[in-house]
Amino acid sequence: MKLPASIQAWFEQHARAALNTLGGLRLRLASSLMTTAVIGIALALPAGFLLLVDNLEAATANREGSPQASAFLQATLNVDQQRDIAAQIKALEGITDVEHITPEAALAEFQRASGMQETLALLERNPLPPVVVAQLRSGLSGADADALISALSAIGAVDEVRVDRVWLERLDALMQLANRGSGLIALLLGLTVVLVVGNTIRLDIENRRSEIEITKLIGGTDAFVRRPFLYTGMWYGLLGGSLAAILLMLSVLLLTGPSSHLASLYGSAFQPMGPGLSGTLTLLGSGVALGLLGAGVAVGRHLAAIEPR
Amino acid sequence: MIRFDSVSKRYPGGNEALRGLDLHIERGEMVFITGASGAGKSTFLRMIPLLERPSQGSVMIDGVNLLRLRRSRVPFLRRRVGMIFQDHRLLHDRSVFDNVALPLVIAGRSHADVGRRVRAALDKVGLLHKEKASPVTLSGGEQQRVGIARAVVTRPPVILADEPTGNLDPALSEEIMALFEQFNQVGVTTVIASHDHALIERLGHRRIHLQDGRVA
Ligand SMILES: Nc1ncnc2c1ncn2[C@@H]1O[C@H](COP(=O)(O)OP(=O)(O)OP(=O)(O)O)[C@@H](O)[C@H]1O
Ligand SMILES: [Mg+2]
Repeated sequence: MKLPASIQAWFEQHARAALNTLGGLRLRLASSLMTTAVIGIALALPAGFLLLVDNLEAATANREGSPQASAFLQATLNVDQQRDIAAQIKALEGITDVEHITPEAALAEFQRASGMQETLALLERNPLPPVVVAQLRSGLSGADADALISALSAIGAVDEVRVDRVWLERLDALMQLANRGSGLIALLLGLTVVLVVGNTIRLDIENRRSEIEITKLIGGTDAFVRRPFLYTGMWYGLLGGSLAAILLMLSVLLLTGPSSHLASLYGSAFQPMGPGLSGTLTLLGSGVALGLLGAGVAVGRHLAAIEPR
Repeated sequence: MIRFDSVSKRYPGGNEALRGLDLHIERGEMVFITGASGAGKSTFLRMIPLLERPSQGSVMIDGVNLLRLRRSRVPFLRRRVGMIFQDHRLLHDRSVFDNVALPLVIAGRSHADVGRRVRAALDKVGLLHKEKASPVTLSGGEQQRVGIARAVVTRPPVILADEPTGNLDPALSEEIMALFEQFNQVGVTTVIASHDHALIERLGHRRIHLQDGRVA
């Protein structure tokens, strides 16, 4: 019966430290709330940025009708031959739709758009080639899109293929930058949390100097003296993480109306997503880890220096 | 139980508090340490729970050479030595009960055990009715008794007291010394530094007189 009793005592000690430190935070309510708010905001900022990037990725993956490829056909083909080619292209795997633009239609559109009717009328023949605009299936991987474009170019009557992929690549690059940037922000703000908790715990240690001395005087081990400060750090992290999760959920709630209006303008059914369960747990976990780290640093630096007189 | 072999203590700054102190206190003895101010009484007592380390010589407590005691074991030495300080060293933001409970909480005793032992210790020093009070609301003598209750609550084999009756009236001093005699009667090794020669004479226990950091 010796072991269970000591295990029970161990749990009792930890439960007591956990509850006492939580009570201590309540006693110093104003300053605890302030520290919690700083930690919550510092955690919410990078998490919100990451969530924004995730949402942008989801929103752009949902968009309709792109990417596009334009196949320029040989000018010598007649309209029937052009239609055949268009049908042939439409039958390719990965192409959802095609639009066939004859040279005449292209010229008429160009004249309407440019307002250069007189100048163009001087030309003795239509310089524009027939074009087939192909809609590629959305979500196509880069390699698949490249294969499709080679298949298009391989068709004998196709002179040239041009792909409207530049903006996609730009978006991709932008996303990567945003991801990298949010990693950097997360690192800096994580460091902020560690410093804020570390400084709060350092002041706490300073204020409880005589208590620490007396505890060591009558046989408190280092672990015993450390425990309440580590628990305080943990609570700060947990409370700050919870606050960050609440802030994120509120922001998503506030943005749902305007963003679905914006999405509907683009004909998309996109809905912004919140942090979700795993996001919330990650936030709480990071809060606890950073809080413990900050407290651990402060305890390691300042507690050993206090020896009983 | 307590053995000092040519122990010297030089404080940083050059003060030589002990100069080759040799003494031996048996298990279960009750001993008074006397000597003029500055003779080294407090320094001697503080070496036993390793609040000070000797500059030279060796200190053995219960067969353990303190020079060889690992840092991580020091708290466990201190738990076996109940020390009473002249300035009480109480926590002023905790109740009397919590102050006396601290050694038990440190030792990881169960909640029920803590309550029982704290009340027994407070009863012994006659302060059971003050368990909820804050130490600052107590008189000097009452604070001294809270310090005694804290020192004995874990029933340590050794009790050290540094001028426990320093500024108490004679009646109260007598009461407190009687308390120490009671602990000693159940086998606790008791070492008390004191100036109160009249009282010491009357009690008639072994007396060790220090002069210039050694036994006179
Ligand atoms: N922390 C310290 N630093 C430097 N010198 C000290 C320190 N503590 C004590 N001393 C010196 O060591 C000598 C012995 O001091 P100690 O406190 O042991 O004497 P004491 O016998 O307890 O005196 P008292 O009866 O006044 O309490 C004194 O000269 C004192 O000045
Ligand atoms: Mg002294």
